[in-house]
This record gives sequence, C-alpha cells and structure tokens, in this order.
Amino acid sequence: MKLLRPAISLFVVLSILTGVAYPLVITGIAQLAFPHQANGSIIIRAGTSAGSTLIGQPFSDPKYFWGRLSATSPVPYTAFNAEALTGSSGSNLAQSNPAFRANIDARIDALAAADKAAGFERPRSPAGKPASSAIPVDLLTSSASGLDPHISPEAAAYQVPRVALARGLRESVVLEQVRLHTTPRQLGFLGEPVVNVLALNMALDGLSVPKAPTE
Amino acid sequence: MNLYGIFQLIVYLAVLVAFVKPLGWYMARVYRAQPCGLDRLLAPAERAIYRLCGIEPGEMMGWKVYAASLLIFSAVGLLAVYGLQRVQAILPLNPAALAAVTPDSSFNTAISFVSNTNWQGYGGETTMSYLSQMLGLGVQNFVSAATGMAVLVALVRGLAGSGTKAIGNFWVDLTRSTLYILLPLSIVLALVLVSQGVVQSFRPYQTVALMQPVSVEQAGKEGEPSTRIVSQVLPLGPAASQIAIKQLGTNGGGFFNVNSAHPFENPTPLSNFLQVLAILLIPAALCWTFGEMVHDRRQGWAVLAAMLVIFVPLLAATYWFEAAGTSVLAGPNMEGKETRFGIANSALWATATTAASNGSVNSMHDSYTPLGGLIPMWLMQIGEVVFGGVGSGLYGMLMFVIVAVFVAGLMVGRTPEYLGKKIEPFEMKMAAIAVLIPCGLVLLGTAAAVLLPQGSSGTSNPGPHGFSQILYAFSSASNNNGSAFAGLSANTPFYNFSLGVCMFLARFWLIVPVLAIAGSLAAKKPVPTTSGTLPTHTPVFVAMLVCVVIIVGALTFVPALALGPVAEQLLLHSH
Repeated sequence: MKLLRPAISLFVVLSILTGVAYPLVITGIAQLAFPHQANGSIIIRAGTSAGSTLIGQPFSDPKYFWGRLSATSPVPYTAFNAEALTGSSGSNLAQSNPAFRANIDARIDALAAADKAAGFERPRSPAGKPASSAIPVDLLTSSASGLDPHISPEAAAYQVPRVALARGLRESVVLEQVRLHTTPRQLGFLGEPVVNVLALNMALDGLSVPKAPTE
Repeated sequence: MNLYGIFQLIVYLAVLVAFVKPLGWYMARVYRAQPCGLDRLLAPAERAIYRLCGIEPGEMMGWKVYAASLLIFSAVGLLAVYGLQRVQAILPLNPAALAAVTPDSSFNTAISFVSNTNWQGYGGETTMSYLSQMLGLGVQNFVSAATGMAVLVALVRGLAGSGTKAIGNFWVDLTRSTLYILLPLSIVLALVLVSQGVVQSFRPYQTVALMQPVSVEQAGKEGEPSTRIVSQVLPLGPAASQIAIKQLGTNGGGFFNVNSAHPFENPTPLSNFLQVLAILLIPAALCWTFGEMVHDRRQGWAVLAAMLVIFVPLLAATYWFEAAGTSVLAGPNMEGKETRFGIANSALWATATTAASNGSVNSMHDSYTPLGGLIPMWLMQIGEVVFGGVGSGLYGMLMFVIVAVFVAGLMVGRTPEYLGKKIEPFEMKMAAIAVLIPCGLVLLGTAAAVLLPQGSSGTSNPGPHGFSQILYAFSSASNNNGSAFAGLSANTPFYNFSLGVCMFLARFWLIVPVLAIAGSLAAKKPVPTTSGTLPTHTPVFVAMLVCVVIIVGALTFVPALALGPVAEQLLLHSH
C-alpha cells in the first residue's frame, strides 16, 4: 500500500514533534521563567505547603469567610481523591431541578446558623421578600469547578459583620482586610472584581500570605 | 447585563475581527507555499520531514487519493490513541498511578480526539496519565485540527482551480498546517497562559494542608467515628501546552474534568480572554484566507459577515438570559459559573465554544437557564458553521453556500454558479449529504437513547431537562463539538459506543463528500461572469445564506427543542 508508509511515518514524526518536543520545550521554559505558576501557585508557609492561591478551600466556621458552594465529592473542594477517583466538578443541577432549590435553602439556613453562632442579628428582610434576596447570588450557588477560590466583594461584605463578631474584631478592621484581598478587574476591564477567600482567611488568622505574581 | 459586560463583549469582537486579515493573509501564503517569514526558520525542518517520510511534496493528488490518505492517516491515529490508553498503567509519566482506561471509554475517546470533537466521557485528572495526555490526546489536538484545515484548503483549491483534477497534497497540507500555523501560535499562547497560572509541570500531584479540616460521616455506618480530612491533593501536569492547542485547534478537550472552569486550566480573566479569543481566531481568519485564495477577497468577507450576523444576536441573547436568571434565584444565574468570569465571560464562552466546534467550557452549561442553554445547543445543531471548527466550519458553511446558490438559482430559473463554477446535480447531492448527515444523527441518536433504558437512565435532572441532556449530547457528538450538559452519565458502554459512532460518521462521512465536491469543481472550467450571474458577495446574498442556515436548523430541530428547553422554561414560569 503506497499511502501506508507516509501515513505511519508522518504520524510518528508529528507525534514526536507535537507530543514530546513541544510539551517538553514549554515545560522547560515555564519552569525557568514562571516556576511558581507552573507548579500550581503553591503557598509555602513555615516550610510546608499551605494551599494554592488558585484553589479554594472549604470553610464552615463562623469566624472564617466562606467561599462558593462546591459540588465535588466526597467533600467540598476536593481537587483530587485517589480512592474515590473524583476531582473537579460542577453541580450540573438544572434550574428546574428541586435539588437546586433545596441546595439554596440549605445554604440560607447554614448562613443564618453561622450568624446566630457568632451572635449576629441580621436586619430582617422586608416583608414579602424572600430571604435569599438579601444574600449575594454567588454565596448561594455552586461554582463550575467546585474549586473557585473567589467570592464577589458583595459576598464578602455580607459576611463581614459575622466574621468581626466571631473574632471580636471591629468591623472596620475586617473590612480593611477584605479591601486588601480584593482584586479589581484585570487590566481595568476584564472579568469581575473578586476576593480571594483563602488568602483573606489566612490574613485574618494573622498569617502572612506571599502575594502571588499573578494576583 | 451591565456596561462592563457589554464592553468586554465588544472588545472581544473588535480584537477578533482585527486579527482576521493579518492571520488570514499569513495562512494564505502558507498554503500557497509562498515566503511567509517563518519559512526561513522552518523550511529545513519541513524538507527533512518529507525526506524522512518518503513524501514527494510536489506530487498533486486527485480527490480520491487525497481522501484515502486522510482516512488512512486518521485510522493510524485512532489505533495509536486507543492503544496508548489501554496500556498507560505500565508506561512512564503516570505519577498518580492511574489504571488502564476501559475499552469502551478508550474507543470513545480515540474517536473523539481523532475526529476533532474532544467529547470527554472521562475526567482528565482521574483518568489520563501525563503520557496519555501529551502523546495521545495532545498529538491529536494538532493533527485533527490540521486535517480539517487541509480539507478546507483542498475545497478552496477546487473552487479556484480550472480544469485540473488535482486538489493538493494531503501530506503537505497537513504538515504545513501543523508546522507553520498551529505550532507557533500554540507556543506563544502556552507561555502566556503559564504566566497567568496555568500549570505546566511533570511533578506528581501536590498535597497541601487544609486551613480548616473537614469531617465526613462514614456513609451508612452510624456511630462510627467520622474521618477527618486535613489536606487537599492538587493535580498537576503539562497542561498549558495542551490547553493552548485545545483552543487554537477548536478541539476543546480539557486537561482537567471541568475543562477551562478549572482554576489551574484558566486562572485569570486575561487567560480567559486569550483562550476564548483562540477559539474563534483561526476559523474567522480562514474566511480571509479563502477570499484570498479564490482571488476575490469580498467572498471571504461575505461569509464572515454571515457568520457574525448569526453569532452576535445569539451572544447577546445568551448573556441576557443568564443575567436575568430564573425565578428560582433572585438575581443572575451564577450556578455553575466561576466568580472571576462572571455572567458576561461565561455567556461569551458558551456561545463561542458552540459556534465553533470547540466544546471547551468555562461554566457548566447544564445549569444554564432553559433558554440560555437552548442557544449553545442550537448553535451546534445548525451544523457548526458559524465559525465552526478550524477548516471544518468554513467547509461546512461552503456547503450551505452551495445550497443557497442552488435555491437562488431555482428562484430565478438559472443554472446556479458559485465563483464561476457551475453547481450541478452532483455537487448538490454531495452538499445535501453533508448538510443532512449531522441532522439525522442528532435526531436518530436522541430517539434511540430516549427509547432505551441504557440511554434514559443516564440523565441526572428530572423532567424536560433530562431530555435536554440527551439531546445536547447527541447534538454535540454529531456535530463534532464536544461540549456537554455534563450531568449526563455518559461514561457508560451505551453512550461511549453510540456517541463514538456519531462522532465518527459526522466527521468522516462529511469529509468525503466535501472532497468529492472539491475534485468535481476543480475539474470544471470557470464560466465567464455575465449580467445574469448571481453576485455572492452582496448583502442580499449574505441574508440569503443566513436564511438558509437558519431555516434548515429551525425546521429540523424546533420540535425537539420544544420538548426540552422550551418545555422547561414554560414549567418554570407556571409555578
């Protein structure tokens, strides 16, 4: 077969070029020029890996800011689980799925319980308005990846009184930390303003977080 | 909708259109083997490849030899990707010690990547070793894209040629597409992506501490002490190099399970902007290449205009529906979306990825509002011709052009012509096959899945949305897109097999008639333009073309869409 030789040999040559040489060259340059980013933007604290600036972590304590809901299993914010072979995942719930509504209600209850545990009395929403209308939507919904490290500045502001009370700090102190960990739109117009939840909580615990070059 | 969002969409469209001419010009020079700048660097490598593989670059092929070469090359790729997955457990570069991929999943994934669909029945970080990713899937990201570009160039040569049987040399078109276009663009994009935080590493998965450990109750074991989870395992890998070509080659297969929603795959708004730009970059620029190669640049602009006329309103509509949300949640629909991208960038990506046959996602389409999810689904169903895949989008659109000139010819009672070539029964038959095969596969595949318990049991959402999940899957596979309503449990023997067959037929049963048209047109002598010739670069013709695309898509799919997203929307509003 006259066409078989060029087919097989060209496949082998292009495989070596695009499947071996190309990724190796990119890895080499990346490891030299951007070692921090290329290896997962890991936060090193006291010699140990304390998380990644890009990957969110689960929080349920009233004294911490909470991130988005996460649909990963077996626990929220599982980036990889070797036994269950699970990783990043969205909820994939449809708007019409009763489970979607149930998740929102459970989250509203959990936020209210955290307020109560911290001793914070939230002003009641005006009569006739659903309780959810006061809570920023990103606090009530699952992220696409289940690993979203961010919340909106509004979602952070909503939690400031609770966190301040739980920690015995003045609200202005906590607000200042939120401001410090808010990243504006990139280049002034791209994306949305965001607050990095893990970095904010670390700062609140009095830990220093190295500022990532990308942030 | 807000001004920031609208502004970002306008900037996106402006940058995209600004690249059309320079990149289109460059690609035209590459395909005509004219000096293009990079040839000074790469020509020796190119010659070495031909010598090594016994390829005679000057040898021109007729359409049958061209098609045979393409099919044999794709078959070699299929076997290689299938085999590599089956033996990955005993090969190096597998730090997470992942097992061999199952036969049905390997079959599906091999077809998926060779056909430029990149449907993912599997989760990347939990299934594929670093070696399978780069040497199996990464290679196909390049060569399946280059194959689509080769077919397009062959068709364009057929339109431009005069009385010759030859439509080019497949090996040369494949090599030049890879070497001169895809590889240089990928290198640049990959490095910028790493600077933003996309991982590119051969280190094993990293374990990091959790700030607040999590307790999990043992399921079904009441009274047992709960397990404390104190750490998080972060998957790594050579991701940036693969993500660059995943976008540029309209492949779309993610390195990680959630694709470009994963913060390691798409960490910042800038990485997001560049990736979504890369989705439409080559398909849009190829319109200019086409105009240049048929010696009438207005023809390329006309086709691009038709694509934009369909794309822009659908983009605005997706943004509108997602920003409005539904009555379930007071506010915009942030379910399945990342905070850093927000509504505007998620809607932009969803529209672009389904207009092109890319299929990567930065938000979960399954959680879109019913009508917001209808638009990506319909963009796939109209045949992936609004930009479409690299090469395949434009050759698909040119099939619709042939149908449009035929319809116009019927209206005025003249033999239809396109670019001076008479469109006769043979071309019409082939164009009709190319237009109808994906439609048939979508509807028949969906019907089969709904009727069989193995199909209907895969849905994860109740009611009409469950039907939408199945319809979306077959729309995606049968148009070589690859995106999903990801709640569908598609990694089962039934879906792996049925969707695999759809992807295979949609790719190769289209390429053969397209190449047949290329061969038949190449052999025809151009007829001189007269006052009776229908001009195909005017707004009237653009409108005609848009109508043909929409009418075919609407007539075929409105009934099915009514059962899925439309019914879901009505139900949501009835409460």
